[in-house]
Amino acid sequence: MSLAELQKLSTRSGGARVKQETPDNKAALFFLGPWLVGAVALTIGPMAASLYLAFTDYNLLQDPRWIGLANFERMLEDDRLHKSIEVTFTYVAFGVPAQLAVALLLAIALDRGMRGLPFYRSAFYLPSLLGASVAIAVLWRLIFGSEGLFNSILGTLGIDSSTSWIANPDTALWTIVMLHVWTFGSPMVIFLAGLRQIPREYYEAASTDGASPLRQFRSITLPLLTPIIFFNLVLAIINSFQAFTQAFVVSGGTGGPSDSTLFYTLYLYQEGFGAFRMGYASALAWLLVVIVGAFTVINFWASRFWVHYDD
Amino acid sequence: MTTETTTAHRPLETETVPSASPQVRQPRSETRRRLLGFLRHVALLALVVVSLYPVLWMIVSSLRPDGFIFGNASLVLNTFEIENYTGGWNALGAPFSTYLLNSAVVVAGAIVGNLVTCSMAAYAFARLRFRFQRPAFAIMLLMIMLPVHVVIVPQYVLWAQTGLVNSFWPLVIPKFLATDGFFVFLMVQFIRGLPRELDEAARIDGAGHGRTFFQILLPLMTPALATTAIFTFIWTWNDFFSQLIYLTDPNLYTVPVALRSFIDAQSQSSYGSMFAMSVVSVIPLLVAFTLGQKYLVRGIATTGGK
Repeated sequence: MSLAELQKLSTRSGGARVKQETPDNKAALFFLGPWLVGAVALTIGPMAASLYLAFTDYNLLQDPRWIGLANFERMLEDDRLHKSIEVTFTYVAFGVPAQLAVALLLAIALDRGMRGLPFYRSAFYLPSLLGASVAIAVLWRLIFGSEGLFNSILGTLGIDSSTSWIANPDTALWTIVMLHVWTFGSPMVIFLAGLRQIPREYYEAASTDGASPLRQFRSITLPLLTPIIFFNLVLAIINSFQAFTQAFVVSGGTGGPSDSTLFYTLYLYQEGFGAFRMGYASALAWLLVVIVGAFTVINFWASRFWVHYDD
Repeated sequence: MTTETTTAHRPLETETVPSASPQVRQPRSETRRRLLGFLRHVALLALVVVSLYPVLWMIVSSLRPDGFIFGNASLVLNTFEIENYTGGWNALGAPFSTYLLNSAVVVAGAIVGNLVTCSMAAYAFARLRFRFQRPAFAIMLLMIMLPVHVVIVPQYVLWAQTGLVNSFWPLVIPKFLATDGFFVFLMVQFIRGLPRELDEAARIDGAGHGRTFFQILLPLMTPALATTAIFTFIWTWNDFFSQLIYLTDPNLYTVPVALRSFIDAQSQSSYGSMFAMSVVSVIPLLVAFTLGQKYLVRGIATTGGK
């Protein structure tokens, strides 16, 4: 390349950089066009509309009628709502930690250049892949039925049982918690990726100093993994509050028996799309946003007491 | 003592990392190490069997005659009943192929929409400078975290007013409007990792933003596009909530909605056929998983997808 060409190149690329600083509004409008329409028409607009509808009585056929705070007052006395909050909190409080604990234990058991790691990872991930499907929810219904797989296994273990676990209000929710725990594969994959980030030298140094494996786990693995645990926890809580499919299918859409699987979003669905109380459903949706938002904020706030950032 | 503890409890490490002092190790601890490694595999394989047992039971049950499904935990097949599949295929109003085709249409639309519009939006966020860029980016992040329930009622009203409820449009059009902020974010991150010199070189050659994006960056984005495609496939195939809401005409049912109606029709149809169609419904997921495993694992690891 000649010197003249180089010079030309440098001035032109310089020119390009100057051009970079002038805004690319036109190009942005082209590239962001679809997104912009979606953001306005399908997100921001609907958010504003649902906030408005939360203060109205609306059944889709007649125009919304402003009723002030009546929807929120109704919430205070709505026993089914209280039940659905209790159900959802129970699900989150037990399902999320149990699932993450299993995921973490398995990730540690699988860590580091183990033979067959890709096989194990795929095999353990499979339930996560399938767990959200209606097929598995249908399967769950049959597994925990009175003559289902679960009772058969209990039978071979010498425990005679013919109760239907999904027809019993005391146990129905726990079958869905189990389904959630069963899908431990996807947080496990995230943990595996996190474990790979921990420098091997730390362990080598620790074992030279005579630290026991348990001690190494407590002092190296766990602290360095806390950001990943936190990440998984935030995601799992947000997602679990919105669980719907499993409860819907297992209970046949009712949330029964005796509302024992009436998940929050299932109740919202029943109110909005079953009873067409769209105003109340909108109010419920905003309460969900507040609940999930509050949990996320608390999570971030609490994280500084236990999440360790390496800096 | 130290060596002994290390080798005993961390058998994996020694396989790949040459131990500091291999000659010190005695034959006895070597045997012990191997034994522990073996036991670990036994334990893990047992766990694999336990965690996959429900799925295996579903497959085996789908091949059993109705009377032999329940009260039977074994995975051994004595007979091979294909009737569940033929019966199940036609147990609902339309043949099951209709529902598979409906799901395929929705999934294909969603994938194309997400690939095109999310990548375009990502290019704008990652490479362009424009007015209101920060608020726009913030809104995109908000769209990732916002529970769908807070917009579902007005969205439903919108589609109802345009007469598009009971069609695939409410399920596909949003994907052509880049509403899956998650994928926009994924691709923004990916583009940010590509060297800017590429764009500048293209600009020197006289390429505008259109050509820079379509001819230079897009071909390099294959991993991110593959991750997007496979996640869109899985999530849309499994999506139940919105398909349940928008599709009430049985001829438009997608696979999840059709499967669910099996429960209502349980008196007429056999359990065996329900199992059979459940198996059919997850086969595309398994195929997608097998083909796209690499991108799937990478996608989960970097973004924490479900």
